Amino acid sequence: MTHLLETLFGSVFWSAVIKVVLAFAFLMLTALVLVWYERRVVAFMQNRVGPNRAGPFGILQTLADGLKLLFKEGIRPRRVEVGMYLAAPIVAMIPAFLIFLVVPIGAPIHIGTATVTLQGADLNIALLFILAMSSVAVYAVVLAGWASGSKYPLLGGVRATAQMISYEAAMGIALVPVVIQASARLGGDVGIGTLSMTTLVHAQEGVIGHVSLPGVFHVLNPVFDVVTTWFPAWFFFPLIISFGVFFTAAIAETNRAPFDLVEAESEIVGGYHTEYSGFRFAMFFLAEYINMFNVSAIAVTLFFGGWLGPGADLPYVGWLVPIFWFLLKTYALLFVFVWIRATMPRLRYDQLMNLGWKRLIPISLGWLVVFTVAKAFATFGTPWS
Amino acid sequence: MSGPFAGFWVTLKQMFPGHRVTTQYPEDKRVKPQRFHGRHVLNRYPDGMEKCIGCELCAGVCPARCIYVRGKENSADAPVSPGERFGFVYEINMLRCIFCGLCVEACPTEAITMTHLFEMSVTDRQDAIYTRSELLMNPDGSVPHPQPDSVLIDKGELLQADGWMRATSPSGRAAYEGIPAWTPTLGAGLRPAEQGQSVGRLAGSWVREDDTASGDREAVPSPQPPPIGMGGGADAGKGQRETGSGDPEGGARG
Repeated sequence: MTHLLETLFGSVFWSAVIKVVLAFAFLMLTALVLVWYERRVVAFMQNRVGPNRAGPFGILQTLADGLKLLFKEGIRPRRVEVGMYLAAPIVAMIPAFLIFLVVPIGAPIHIGTATVTLQGADLNIALLFILAMSSVAVYAVVLAGWASGSKYPLLGGVRATAQMISYEAAMGIALVPVVIQASARLGGDVGIGTLSMTTLVHAQEGVIGHVSLPGVFHVLNPVFDVVTTWFPAWFFFPLIISFGVFFTAAIAETNRAPFDLVEAESEIVGGYHTEYSGFRFAMFFLAEYINMFNVSAIAVTLFFGGWLGPGADLPYVGWLVPIFWFLLKTYALLFVFVWIRATMPRLRYDQLMNLGWKRLIPISLGWLVVFTVAKAFATFGTPWS
Repeated sequence: MSGPFAGFWVTLKQMFPGHRVTTQYPEDKRVKPQRFHGRHVLNRYPDGMEKCIGCELCAGVCPARCIYVRGKENSADAPVSPGERFGFVYEINMLRCIFCGLCVEACPTEAITMTHLFEMSVTDRQDAIYTRSELLMNPDGSVPHPQPDSVLIDKGELLQADGWMRATSPSGRAAYEGIPAWTPTLGAGLRPAEQGQSVGRLAGSWVREDDTASGDREAVPSPQPPPIGMGGGADAGKGQRETGSGDPEGGARG
């Protein structure tokens, strides 16, 4: 068995095939669990019980719903633009899967001589790839809205164009300090930056370590050292502003409440997927939840140390422990997603645009300047000294 | 915490135990109000005689026209009811019934009452028409029900008469409260009166002027139980005849 796995993962082709199949299965399973998780948590927050009949604690409810959708008639309205109408759900699914492929869900596993990385591919441009794919995901919504040949989907599609494009800018800028911080942690030298997710996780290993405070704050250094030798070197702590901007933009990117104007049920009847039924609707639904998991996984990888956590050197189960930590952190973050959905009312359209262009983008730009200058001073020394 | 984030604690707080309001319906049932209007039952006297005298007043008063009754003369040697006649066909279409309880109100002998059971779903419209055999109380005091026993159906609810039947002071006059004006029922005996009906009993609520201003409650005529029930067969039979002649359609089928 070990020998077989060693042979399979030794070959590029077979390891890719196995990983892709496993990633697909994992994502489908995740979407099933996630829908149930969200419904239960929201139900608890609304003094309800939520789905609790199908299977233990109702965990099979999503499977039942999915099977129902699978067997439902796929109604195609007469006025749709057929090709694009049929393609849009697939366009929604593909970027969702591709983004997940570059996210490492655990530490590399060694089987004999073969090393298995727990991600589809360790791209050296993973961050750019993620941003690019999330841009492609906008097309699905816009095309679905336009191709439906109906008013509400069109409104949803138009909203999606404005919303997702404007929040993507803030999201991209918010990620730049992560790369800068990683390069500072990795080499200490300027120029050793990285966009690879695995390397970014490795850059968060250990504790924060000694931070020499500038000027008069120097006297606080002993106190500060106690804190910094105890806290893990997750980028969340130095880059909390980046995280805030990234997380807000990520909610908007995934069309989640309170930024769900694209599919506002009470205003535009579901928006872009109004005219979709059966399994075509299920694909949009799946893509939305997979995207939700993706942005949480990316946030965990970039800000919360990804798979890092104690216990990875345990015998026998050591290789599972990083996966456990990764999933625990991701689901904790997903809880925040659901929590926000249960708490915040939907934004008005102008509020959405104001928040995006007048708050998030200036904040992320200003923070980028401040952080970059501070890092430059810390590396090269201040110009006045 | 304030501003846009104040709500987060509110929602999180609800997750702690003790905040849930949902009742897990088939397993846990909520306590129903005293005057709940569930399915009907045709009662018997404690000696096993049927209370229904086939007068068709229920059918006449029914706003949904869902009741169909046909009376038949009692035979002299084996009477079914103490009256002249008995309801030998009695049908209620539960799909048409609006559960208003006017039939209970109209019935001169408390033959038809409502119970607390409402689980009556059927897969065939024909099954929704409850016939005499499903409505009439068994000779042992139990009540038949067409659906099989399950977690949904609690047959004990069939023995709980709705509160309206047990109301003693419908006008809100305290002097009538707690004095039953009905006959005993097989299995249940003389049902106790519903409590707390008179207006004066409700704290801070409106009280009839003539009950309080005159100052003497004794002035209110002492209530007499209406002359119906066991000994009222002749009266009830007369009522039935009048209804029958006055309404040629006599309990038109819904």
